[in-house]
Amino acid sequence: MSDFVDLFSLPFMQRALLAALLTGLAAPAIGTFLVQRRLALLGDGIGHVAVTGVAIGLLTNTSPTWTAVVVAILGAVLIEVIRERGHTNGDVALALLFYGGLAGGVLITGLAGQGAARLQEYLFGSLTSITAGDVWFTFGLTVVLLVTTLGLLPQLFAVSSDPDFARVAGLRVRLYNLLIAVLAAVTVTVAMRTVGLLLVSALMVVPVATAQQLARSFRTTIAGAMVVGVLAALGGLLLSAALSFRATVAPGPTIVLLALAMFASTWPIGVWLRRRRRMLSPFASVEVATHTVTDEHPHQHGTDCGHPAVPHADHVDYVHDGHRHAVHGEHYDEH
Amino acid sequence: MPVSPGAPPVEVRDGSVAIGGRPILRGIDLTVRSGEFLALMGANGSGKSTLVRAITGLLPTTGGGISLFGTPYADFRDWKRVGFVPQRASAASGVPATVWEVVASGRITRRRPFLPLSREDRRAIADAIDVVGLSDSTGLGVSQLSGGQQQRVLIARALAGEPDLLVLDEPTAGVDLGNQRALADALATFKAGGATIVLVAHELGPMAPLIDRAVVMRDGRIAYDGPALDEEDAHGHHHPLAASHDHVPHVGSPLDELGGGR
Repeated sequence: MSDFVDLFSLPFMQRALLAALLTGLAAPAIGTFLVQRRLALLGDGIGHVAVTGVAIGLLTNTSPTWTAVVVAILGAVLIEVIRERGHTNGDVALALLFYGGLAGGVLITGLAGQGAARLQEYLFGSLTSITAGDVWFTFGLTVVLLVTTLGLLPQLFAVSSDPDFARVAGLRVRLYNLLIAVLAAVTVTVAMRTVGLLLVSALMVVPVATAQQLARSFRTTIAGAMVVGVLAALGGLLLSAALSFRATVAPGPTIVLLALAMFASTWPIGVWLRRRRRMLSPFASVEVATHTVTDEHPHQHGTDCGHPAVPHADHVDYVHDGHRHAVHGEHYDEH
Repeated sequence: MPVSPGAPPVEVRDGSVAIGGRPILRGIDLTVRSGEFLALMGANGSGKSTLVRAITGLLPTTGGGISLFGTPYADFRDWKRVGFVPQRASAASGVPATVWEVVASGRITRRRPFLPLSREDRRAIADAIDVVGLSDSTGLGVSQLSGGQQQRVLIARALAGEPDLLVLDEPTAGVDLGNQRALADALATFKAGGATIVLVAHELGPMAPLIDRAVVMRDGRIAYDGPALDEEDAHGHHHPLAASHDHVPHVGSPLDELGGGR
């Protein structure tokens, strides 16, 4: 156990924790808008394109991070243009770039004479080999991303929820769509070192899916997603560090699996909550001429009788066994 | 609500619209006067939605010109004066949102980036929700509401921007009578403030008494423009409409025969 505590005094571990924290905040923030636009896999598409960017960096002996940023942004813009201009579906446009990006990346890495091991650092993350410069880079991008997404939240919400309405409201929808794509590309490269290009989309989507189970407002969803993202990123890193004394446990996959575990545990709660909300939503108040009285009714309904009390016009109906019972003087009415 | 006298909210002169090279609307002349409630009617594929999308700038015109409040479309920037209710089955999107959040997003026309909502903004949002009669449901998720209630949310969203002109694309499609009445009440309140309304509708239902003028489209042209008609006159035996054809071009691929499979 003391070995585990000692880990925190190691500079590489501190850098890794910071990078994980920043990624956990940034990825779900932009991911919420992708899910809202039903483009949940956009992050994945950009991630695959960024593989080519990393490979170009390896081939030209420049920083793979910067070439990945450039290529990821180009790829994101291209996806957006194909989606908007062509009559191709968003998902087909994504698929085209998935395969092109991955094939190009593997091919160019081969040309560069680099082994698969070097590429793997970027494909599945290498949190523990992060330098101080990488942390500053991650920090800068995270700040830009959070200021833009949270500052422009009303605009991005309007554009993502109803583009036609947003356009007639005078918003430059194409510009905002491009902004979302570019921010997603930046996030992908930020998260590249943490969870890797192939798993980055998980940090953008799974926390949002988790928060959705419990939230019914957009604000709660985005805030909840960021909390889940941070918990998963930090928790996954610590878990993999704790387990690393016994076996080789990579942080990237641990983070993703932890996020999925959080989704799996909130899912039944979400199902129950939705069922309860539907159960308790008010009955329509329609005037009915007939007056049906219940048969003999030994049970006394009340606020804590255990039966759902559903608002109905100016009173409540108690729901049990397919009946809706409303108090009427000394007896109950069938409503 | 101040309405500048003189300049009509919508003016279309010899307007034409083509989609993918196929002329859809031809020779449209239409002036909507200030304070008027105009119903745009016609069969499926008659071009009424296309006309509304051209007026709101979602489709480019290929000929003629459109002016909004006296300003040619190309120079028009005053979008806060226009409220739009697009044709949608649902107000929900991929992420949960409450009634208040969706309506508040309509205030976007009067907000500046990076600034929080002002007290005035909050009042307008609350008023808009009140007009459509959903004040008790502000905190509910929109996906929990019925289809008709969601249409009321979409109208409240357009009203939150306090527009002078409201354009609605079939808000009553598939909406039950109770909700249609609620929609009509909301529009009556809005019209009483002196605003102009352009409504695309298949049938008027409870809206009928509010309509000042009806325009009936047929095959991309205006077939009737005058006082509101009884439904019987617009759709009934007096003017039997030719079998409607839709405007979707029946283009075949190189491997397909044209005209087949329709």
